[in-house]
Amino acid sequence: MSMDRREFLKLAGLTCIGIGVGGAQLLVRSRIASSEYAPAAEGLQANRWAMVIDLRKFRTEEDYDKLIKACHYIHNVPSFPDKYHEVKWLWKEDFEHSFPEQKNRYLPEGIEKKPVLLLCNHCSNAPCVRVCPTKATFKLSNGITAQDYHRCIGCRFCMAACPYGARSFNWVDPRPYIKEVNPEFPTRTPGVVEKCNFCVERLSEGLRPACVEASEGKILFGDLRDEGSEVRRYLAENFSMRRKPELGTEPAVFYIIGGGEEHV
Amino acid sequence: MYDGGKIIIGLLIFLAFATFPFYSNIGKSVAKPEPSLDTPVIKALEKKECVESKDFMRRNHMQLLIEWRDSALRDAKRDYVNSKGKHFRISLQNTCMKCHSNKKKFCDECHGYAAVDPYCWDCHFVKEGGR
Repeated sequence: MSMDRREFLKLAGLTCIGIGVGGAQLLVRSRIASSEYAPAAEGLQANRWAMVIDLRKFRTEEDYDKLIKACHYIHNVPSFPDKYHEVKWLWKEDFEHSFPEQKNRYLPEGIEKKPVLLLCNHCSNAPCVRVCPTKATFKLSNGITAQDYHRCIGCRFCMAACPYGARSFNWVDPRPYIKEVNPEFPTRTPGVVEKCNFCVERLSEGLRPACVEASEGKILFGDLRDEGSEVRRYLAENFSMRRKPELGTEPAVFYIIGGGEEHV
Repeated sequence: MYDGGKIIIGLLIFLAFATFPFYSNIGKSVAKPEPSLDTPVIKALEKKECVESKDFMRRNHMQLLIEWRDSALRDAKRDYVNSKGKHFRISLQNTCMKCHSNKKKFCDECHGYAAVDPYCWDCHFVKEGGR
């Protein structure tokens, strides 16, 4: 078989087009069934979920521990005997380390000694999202900083980026350290980072976050974009603070500190 | 060829080892996987139907699970409307495994036969037959 130059070029061109079209088809993801995906009908919706923690209402250690226990049971958060393995979703920290720039001299004892309840701030400009090389952590349209554990490669960039220490790495298998496993929620595996998820799974079932529910009014939860929402009204009436606002991360967790109440 | 005899003997020994799985299994039959649907929840169902048809699920459950995962986690869409218009809550642990609570006799039956080892249950918790 003989072929002149012109014929060869034509054929080669066609082949290239064919490969291109075939390849493009492989890249386009198509749904496998004739089905629909929708937000759960009973789910709670918001433009920007936010939380207001009224520390004035926290009086005893039990007030804090009850919420931590509820959160950690629901999300299968392990408790390791070794402090270096600690996994934190919701935890207590003293005032100085929660608000390092607000540390002042001669603070009321009720503030200086009082623990602050900490969790992921679900920042609008989340540094953890920006640094994640696999997009395992990302922003949902409702403002929640979500994480896909399937995708996490355990590089811990997000832990270095988070200014609030809200992320923890699973150094060892967490399963043996979960006292009672909640069969409704997955556990994690060694080698992934995890954090508070603002109870995204509960919101989809129409339930408020576990800590909010357990707090009996000490924590408020609602839509920050809705002027009439409970959180917005509460913020308008009370002086609130956020952690490290000067970094520009725009946290969605607000704290009402209050005055000289009896300290815990 | 230098040391031809040794090389050929070496090659024969290598071949004997490399093909061992084939000739050792000649004539043997491995039991066909028979995933069991014998769980209390499935027994109580009036119409024994999965989220999609049996044939579809057999062929495509892995792709469907990946779609479910991405939809629930990435798009916050946790409601699946199947090809017949029926609604399902998207959750491996709370929807799939509620019916198929017999992981050992259902999932592992075929996965073992096909020698695949999906890591779903490293995190997703099952009472029976988990990690």
